[in-house]
Amino acid sequence: MVIRPLAEDVDPEGETIRAGLRDLGYAGVSKVRAGKLIELDIEAASEDDAAALARDMSDRLLANPIIEQFEVTVRENLAKTVIPAKAGIQKP
Amino acid sequence: MKACVIVFPGSNCDMDTFHALKTVAGFDTDLRWHRDTDLAGYELIVIPGGFSYGDHLRAGAIARFAPALREVAAAAARGVRVLGICNGFQILLEAGLLPGAMLRNDTLQFRHQWVNLRVDSNATPFTRQCASGQVLRMPIAHGEGSYFADDETISRLQGDGRVVFTYTNDQGQAVPESNPNGSLSNIAAITNERGNVLGMMPHPERCSERVLGGEDGAMIWRSLAA
Repeated sequence: MVIRPLAEDVDPEGETIRAGLRDLGYAGVSKVRAGKLIELDIEAASEDDAAALARDMSDRLLANPIIEQFEVTVRENLAKTVIPAKAGIQKP
Repeated sequence: MKACVIVFPGSNCDMDTFHALKTVAGFDTDLRWHRDTDLAGYELIVIPGGFSYGDHLRAGAIARFAPALREVAAAAARGVRVLGICNGFQILLEAGLLPGAMLRNDTLQFRHQWVNLRVDSNATPFTRQCASGQVLRMPIAHGEGSYFADDETISRLQGDGRVVFTYTNDQGQAVPESNPNGSLSNIAAITNERGNVLGMMPHPERCSERVLGGEDGAMIWRSLAA
């Protein structure tokens, strides 16, 4: 999920980055919003179930609705790309 | 007065607060671990400053799920006095025991300095020994202390006398230069509707004895004892 500040007035970090970019000569940047990217591996029966779980987690903990908004994106079946557990650190 | 200080992993003002309550204020004080679930019998519960759970995600966001916090919420509902200092204030906001949220300081700097605080309400158990409008000097030390809430909440807090301390100059005027972190309306401390839960960013435990450079923090303990 991507978590963003609700608006500029709750994003001092974005405003400061914008000022830094302006000082670097990027005068055309009128707005910067700085947020968080949180990636989860979720085992669920379907994409919808996974999205519902992720939204529930965002509501309850990952985002603060007073100052932040969130967006959930599900990418299916990432398990295929996961390295098998046995491939972890080998004991000598 | 039977009091306790809740200790989280990452708390770092717990022992100072314990000292202020036990030695300066003379309260019968315990330290209680964040996993403790029996907080019965305390008349005052203090959530101290620090960086609970490393401030990960947002300051106070993880601490609000600590088992002790459920008990703090239950105690607050019974009318027990709850004081959150700095990170403790952030935890009370995240737990929904107080309205609003903390943003990063508008300067993006960690601010540690003495500030002037105007007492806007002495109708609370935490400030009843103060005069209304009195200016106190206390230190702050935080990176995320810019108080934010929607306009309606700010108006309600102000209208109901729930803003307890405001960052001001030494004349008690809330000017932009006296605002160390970008808090809306220079708000430094608020209470819940019932008045038994106080969240404040300044550190009274760091200014309760002359040797620390100031004693204004002791006004809070004297008020609680009164």
